Amino acid sequence: MDTLTVINILQSEILQWPGGDAFSQILSILFYAIFIVFIFYGQRIQMYVMLREVEGSLHKLKYIKDEGRKTTIETIKEIGKPQTDPTTRVDRFLEYFTLLPQSLDPAGVVWKLEHILDIRDARFKDEVKLMAPATDETQTNNLENTLEAAMALNYIYKIIRHFYLLGKKTLSLYIIMQIQMILPLVMREAEAYASALKAFAYGQPIGDGAGALVGAKLMYGHEKRKVPKDCVVSTVPIEGRTAYVVKAEGPGGNVGKTGDAIKTIIEENEGKIAMIIMIDAAMKLEGEEVGELAEGVGAAVGGPGVDQFKIEESILKYRIPINAVIIKEDIGDAVSPMRKEIFDAADMAIERIKQVVLEKTKEGDKLIIAGIGNTIGIGQ
Amino acid sequence: MSKASTSTTSKISSFVLMIIFVTLALSLTALILALYAFPQNPEAAGYLLLIGFLGVGLSTYVLLQTRRRILRLRIEATSITTTIECKKCGFKSLREFQRGDYIFKEVEPCQKCNDKMLITAIFREIKGKRKEGFPS
Repeated sequence: MDTLTVINILQSEILQWPGGDAFSQILSILFYAIFIVFIFYGQRIQMYVMLREVEGSLHKLKYIKDEGRKTTIETIKEIGKPQTDPTTRVDRFLEYFTLLPQSLDPAGVVWKLEHILDIRDARFKDEVKLMAPATDETQTNNLENTLEAAMALNYIYKIIRHFYLLGKKTLSLYIIMQIQMILPLVMREAEAYASALKAFAYGQPIGDGAGALVGAKLMYGHEKRKVPKDCVVSTVPIEGRTAYVVKAEGPGGNVGKTGDAIKTIIEENEGKIAMIIMIDAAMKLEGEEVGELAEGVGAAVGGPGVDQFKIEESILKYRIPINAVIIKEDIGDAVSPMRKEIFDAADMAIERIKQVVLEKTKEGDKLIIAGIGNTIGIGQ
Repeated sequence: MSKASTSTTSKISSFVLMIIFVTLALSLTALILALYAFPQNPEAAGYLLLIGFLGVGLSTYVLLQTRRRILRLRIEATSITTTIECKKCGFKSLREFQRGDYIFKEVEPCQKCNDKMLITAIFREIKGKRKEGFPS
């Protein structure tokens, strides 16, 4: 069959299509062309759509990261009164990393981790002092937190950029798909850090400080003393019992080492503690209300696990029962300025604590109430 | 402080804007031509009308999308309220958060009894509750 015959057959076939006018024929051919293109290049088109989506989020991440860096530098200049421009030092700080200890032989890894974290904390404080020499202790803590939030934003941006460029370079659907799938959660976290950065820069209380706020409310008006490390304790009479109320020392951005503080109080009382109650902010599930309270048992303390480990060791030694009251919030609420619902939940948590104290202890007993969380913007 | 911050990334590219406006101008021309062509050649006028409406719709959509992207690129600064209370007479006042405020900080004397006032709360309020979309 020669070419001319084929063209003639095709022409006659086309003319027989429904709606035989030229416009309908063009539309039909276009439809078939699109269909064929999608058969062969569908995956590639899907990949480009995903890449475009990641690229859009990457632009937003870059904007958030740059804003964070700008806010940090402005805050340092404003309250730290540095002699030289802190920009270079801030940029160097944003690339700072911490290598976690080797855990092939897990025995003693907690102490190694604590040591590394202590070194990191000391190094951060030194750096902040060099960047902002005119700051007091509260401002140093707030600036340290601000820099940590800026560091987190920088890290998130770099990771997403890495996978975006890797996906583009290798044209691997699976690399791009992985990053595109977790992108909504990553963006949520980045936005949370962006609002945290503002809160830290201005010294505003954040949602994570819900436990510290409960502690502060309980100990307000009572004599305080410092306990290691970066914590304060007050002896507060509650329903005929003696409560040692512990929280991180505010109002600077600080979580304190509540593990050490609780251990110190237990040792001071030779283990004669009837109960420990811990109050902390905890992740809520979607559908749960912000500021909802829940009660349970165990050491409610976040972080890398060092404090939880120390508390568990201490209570095990003296067989002390431990209870926990948590205030529910999501990641965005935890690191952004404290919502009214969370603030109001602090009073409800105090009522719940009193109820637990009445139910689980006897008059004259000694107990520890620990308000856990970042105490930024919360005094005592 | 309550101002939303912007940056260079939030600006629309002038090239994109040019394409949008050229498309818009061509589409409007097509619509005008359709009006003139209608008495002589209604079929051609129909095509021109179709092209014109498609062009106007497409360019308006792209322009709105670009603007929405700019809006999304702003970090919303929230308003934080500081509550100050007099423990003696119970006088209470609310004001915008100022740097240096913290809960349980003693501030200026009370307007009523001249006793020291105390910051008792710092919080942000979210207007309009979000719907969770599923019963509890």
